[in-house]
Amino acid sequence: MSGTWINLLIDIIISLSLLIGTFFIFSASIGMLRFPDLFTRLHAVTKGSTLGIAGIMIGAFLFLYVEHGIVSGKLILGMIFVMMTAPVSGHMISRAGYHNGVKLWDKSVRDDYAEAVNEKRKSIDN
Amino acid sequence: MNLQIVINIVIALMWMFLSESYTFSTFLVGYLLGILLLFVLQRFIPDSFYMDRVIKVIKLIVLFIKELTLSNIEIVKLVYKPKLDIEPGIFALPTELKSNWEITLLANLISLTPGTLSIAVSEDNSKIYIHAIDIPDVVESINDIKETFEKAIMEVTR
Repeated sequence: MSGTWINLLIDIIISLSLLIGTFFIFSASIGMLRFPDLFTRLHAVTKGSTLGIAGIMIGAFLFLYVEHGIVSGKLILGMIFVMMTAPVSGHMISRAGYHNGVKLWDKSVRDDYAEAVNEKRKSIDN
Repeated sequence: MNLQIVINIVIALMWMFLSESYTFSTFLVGYLLGILLLFVLQRFIPDSFYMDRVIKVIKLIVLFIKELTLSNIEIVKLVYKPKLDIEPGIFALPTELKSNWEITLLANLISLTPGTLSIAVSEDNSKIYIHAIDIPDVVESINDIKETFEKAIMEVTR
């Protein structure tokens, strides 16, 4: 009898991690639509998607292990690489966007980077 | 440190040959025994025990994952907030770290803390420009966060 309980528990854990993962990805896409400018949108996408993907991968890993007895190292590797590369891509996209003249949202209160960029432009012009 | 890793691998290989079973698990047992031997004999081997540094790296990774989870929850809260009363902006954060490798790590860690996204590093590597989704919220807390990160990174790299 105890076996069925454990199976049920594992099923619940798998479903929970899949649900949490999809919830985070869903929220990230809503954030993408709701937020006003490139930078705030990048906040939503780079952060929301990492935990989302991690949840789905953990769910898939547990499912494969319990149902088929496969230890899938690729899923774990995928998770690690997404966690490592998401902040890098966020950094690169925002930097490229800024240098291509994407404006901040009108309600932004501060922009320290503008001075540095202007100084550099001046020194290049001279 | 490199010497210690080589010694450790040699001990593991010797263990494999001595027990005459050439599988990965024997290698692992040998490696663990090697760590134990190095730990016991660390007085006679140059440099400090290399597992100390491995433990610090693991601590840094745990910190990384913790911050990632927190920032995810934070951003989800913001997404479902009915009224979007945020004040985004870019501010400069001075840093004491020097090498490219350390600054890359710090910038990535900052990207993963709640409400911040590193946008650029200044020419002389002395400042990191950070986009904060809600400036009044972030500016207060960023200094402690930066100090914990810088400390953890310095322990690994120096």
